[in-house]
Amino acid sequence: MSFLLNCPICGTREVTDFGFGGEIVVRPESRPGERELNAYNYFRANTDGVQREWWWHRAGCRTWFQAERNTSTNEVLWTAVPEITDATQAPVSPVAEARAAGGEELR
Amino acid sequence: MSRLGPQPAERIDRSKKVKFKFDGKSVSGFEGDTIASALYAQGQRIFSRSFKYHRPRGIVSASGWTANTLVQDGEWPGIRATTERATEGMQVKHMNAWPSLNFDVMRASDIFGGPFMPAGFYYKTFIWPRSAWPLYEKVLRNAAGLGVMKKSQAHREWRTDYRRRHCDVLVIGGGIAGLSAAIAAAREGADVVLIDEDVEPGGQLLWQGHHEQARKLAEEAKAAGVEIMSNAPALGYFDGMVPVWQGSTLHQIRAQRHVAATGSIEQPLVFPNNDLPGVMLSTGAIKLAALYALKPGENAVIATTGDRGLEAALALHAVGVNVAAVADLLPNRSNELTAAIEAAGIQLLRGMTVVEATGNKHLKGCTLAEIDAKGLAKAGTEERFDCDLLVVSGGTVPASSLMLQAGAKAKFNSETNCFLPENPPPGIHPAGAVAGKEELDAAALSGTLAGARAAQECEFGDGSAANAAAAALEALPAPSPAAPSPAYQRTATSKGKAFLDLDEDVTTKDMKYAIEEGYDSIELSKRYTTVTMGPSQGRISQLPSVRMVADQTGLSIDETGITTARPPWSTVPLGAWAGRPFTPAKRSAIHARQRELNSHVKWAGDWRRAYDYGDVKAEAAAVHNAVGMIDVSTLGKMIVSGPEAGKFLDRMYTNRLSDLKVGRIRYGILGNDAGRITDDGTVCRVSEDSFLVTTTSAGADAVERWFTWWLAAWEMEVHVTDVTQGLCAINVAGPKARDLLGKLTDADLTNDGFGYLDGHQIQIAGVQCLAMRIGFVGELGYEIHYPAACGQYLWDQVLEAGAEYGIKPFGLEPQRILRLEKAHIIVGQDTDSESNAYESQMGWIVKLDKEEDFMGKWALERANERGMINTLVGFKIDGDDVPIEGSAVVVDGQPAGRVTSSRYSELLGQSIGLAWVPAEHGKDGGSLHIKYGDKSQTATVVHGAFYDPDQERLRS
Repeated sequence: MSFLLNCPICGTREVTDFGFGGEIVVRPESRPGERELNAYNYFRANTDGVQREWWWHRAGCRTWFQAERNTSTNEVLWTAVPEITDATQAPVSPVAEARAAGGEELR
Repeated sequence: MSRLGPQPAERIDRSKKVKFKFDGKSVSGFEGDTIASALYAQGQRIFSRSFKYHRPRGIVSASGWTANTLVQDGEWPGIRATTERATEGMQVKHMNAWPSLNFDVMRASDIFGGPFMPAGFYYKTFIWPRSAWPLYEKVLRNAAGLGVMKKSQAHREWRTDYRRRHCDVLVIGGGIAGLSAAIAAAREGADVVLIDEDVEPGGQLLWQGHHEQARKLAEEAKAAGVEIMSNAPALGYFDGMVPVWQGSTLHQIRAQRHVAATGSIEQPLVFPNNDLPGVMLSTGAIKLAALYALKPGENAVIATTGDRGLEAALALHAVGVNVAAVADLLPNRSNELTAAIEAAGIQLLRGMTVVEATGNKHLKGCTLAEIDAKGLAKAGTEERFDCDLLVVSGGTVPASSLMLQAGAKAKFNSETNCFLPENPPPGIHPAGAVAGKEELDAAALSGTLAGARAAQECEFGDGSAANAAAAALEALPAPSPAAPSPAYQRTATSKGKAFLDLDEDVTTKDMKYAIEEGYDSIELSKRYTTVTMGPSQGRISQLPSVRMVADQTGLSIDETGITTARPPWSTVPLGAWAGRPFTPAKRSAIHARQRELNSHVKWAGDWRRAYDYGDVKAEAAAVHNAVGMIDVSTLGKMIVSGPEAGKFLDRMYTNRLSDLKVGRIRYGILGNDAGRITDDGTVCRVSEDSFLVTTTSAGADAVERWFTWWLAAWEMEVHVTDVTQGLCAINVAGPKARDLLGKLTDADLTNDGFGYLDGHQIQIAGVQCLAMRIGFVGELGYEIHYPAACGQYLWDQVLEAGAEYGIKPFGLEPQRILRLEKAHIIVGQDTDSESNAYESQMGWIVKLDKEEDFMGKWALERANERGMINTLVGFKIDGDDVPIEGSAVVVDGQPAGRVTSSRYSELLGQSIGLAWVPAEHGKDGGSLHIKYGDKSQTATVVHGAFYDPDQERLRS
């Protein structure tokens, strides 16, 4: 595995500078059933394709941010701090939205 | 002996001699010689013994394409003698022969063992009995000796570094195609790096009479701004990153676009005894003559399928080698080269090829013949020649491994008779041989095309240069054809082994057996015979093995396919991947003082810490009876501040912290949503919206990461500052602690002014401190946090003031005894990733009625409803026979639990410990059976602290 990631604070760095937080999992709002709790704790979608995930700049500013990455090709579509994403929903990526609007890509 | 007069392209500097040793004998060469060329000049012809049969082996490619010339250089095994420069004073040794290269007793395995050692022999023979494998392994490892490694290095004298280089275009390969590509891309304005494995760029130009052109192109490239790296092989292709090994540096080069100009590898012919020293590829023979001014032989025979062998014949003739015959497998070739050969009076045998070589330790002669489609000599066409040099050329294959690693697919091209990479992923442009353009002009144009196109894709230039090169390439005439080779060629009566793979000693017969046994796919037969799996990674054995499988299965070569290309493509020391060793040792700001006090220092995670000061019992006793001091600077320390800090901590810890009063402290445990304990520590409210949180020493990083992660997700108005490195901390504990500190501060230390679990900002010896009255070690004590810059100063002040009370510094080991007397757990030692708060006897700290849905709440609710399955309890045993940590707790003869901590307490006169046991066996006062080794003991369960359970001493 080898690719570049753009830290929203520091800029583009080798992936080895970063720590991986895994795919974004939404924490239940209130006590879930046993099955749901176990799914939240232990099950992951393990997407083959584009997924939204957490990274943190371990060897840099230590900021946590989100990215959309194609797990098959390691192409990173965008990275952003959570303030300008919506961690709990928004299955459509900002890039796709920007493209649809004819705007510039987020980097 | 074998040195020619000055050659126009020679690499050696005859004015500078280089002396080194080979197997103890002195060797003298010139600067610029390789180890092999210097040895060859002195008459050395055998460079190694083969892997399995211990047959003598010599120079084949002079390019490092076989394991034949691997030698040991001092402590370094596996050095390629044909590419490694000879340097003054080297101590070179052969690797795989005993007692010597000229006489090797293991050769018996070739002469007698041949028929009995087919493919798979080792797998089938050395498997029974299983228990004897370690012995077999040792014997076989020595028989297949691949050099000697040093067992260990006390100090790593040899270091590797890495460098990262980002550029627009990376050109891999410095032959004519690569140089042309680099020049074209740089002239368009791109930032270009060109890497090449040879000592200077130029590739085949350097030894094929075009060295001046090569140097001119290199100058042009430098002038255009290309960064040229020589002696720098590419190791692989990893998602656009190419690691390049040079000297002792691993360059990690990342480019937007790549040009693969990795050139071609000449292929051998397969015939009986094709491994004899004296049988060389045309590349090998020409390189020896052109670059090192060596006469490769006296009497040569040449067998070729294309133009290369013809060029070699002329080149060898020109340096005075007597060329007895040239056999060209193509029956009707007629071009400038054939005309020149005939004009030179050299016998040209069209439609013939070599069907057998003879000789014992060196080539003595060969037989040429016409062959049928299966490679069998046609009766009556055989002609025998005496020769000491047999130059073979079975065409070339593109060195396409890097492109295949990048995702291109290999497709057999019947025009060029080899596999070409097709459909490369976007961004990687083939040039030269890997693009199927091997002739000089075509290679140059395809390089220009690839370089200009790559630059254009990085938004340099308008594409006109690329279009012009593409048009010129179209207009070139077709290249001279190559005759398709059979899988192997031989006479009806020849008995010698015909090798498909020199590295691994795989013969045509081995491949036949493998296919007969059912390993009839190329990937299976590769693994069974180990063909192409040697050090040279199939450079000159892949195509012959594919041909052989196709021949035996009746499939076409394309249907047979090739095996998967994997990194590393070039040999590389493991140290290159490891990089510079980086194991930081952390030391607290007070550490030097503890060294001066003769502490025993040990590793504790990343930290170097004092385990004791020589007398564990006395140190523990001082804390109980007088006063002791321990450096606890390694604790993780974070300031959590902001208007929502209390609310945030309520979400992270199982208990309530938002209602903590300023100046008060609470212990807390951290968990995850699975309800497991991940860390613990104290929280002190320093001001209305600011808390000092401490964590375990090992958990400092993880807790910071955990906090900031949830803060990012929740976007709360809270800020976390890690002050672990900025603050020192000492714990001053014991009945005399108050008296001692009273000498150093004006602050009120009475129970009314500074009670248990108070945290006050006070001055001690003039240093601003946060003093926290907590009791990990069970006596009246103050954990004092203060700026690291004052670390040694305050330590010294406390020691000096404590002298009259008999203060002793104490280490980790006495601290472990003291905390165990209080039954305080250590997260990670007494708990693991399955431990929840209830089972760890910490249900008292879980506040399920909190407003916030804290981490782990739902899982803990479930655990509470379900009840305990196992539980963590204290135990005591009379006497000092301490069961070791990890001992089993046995119920009905079965292991049912384990001891997590155990020590002898001098104070209590008992052995004490903590253990996980089934819940029904964890009742206070119950008995446990503990077993370790041959010993079995009965222990009594104790709930709560062993010492001072009512906390009278803590609160005193």
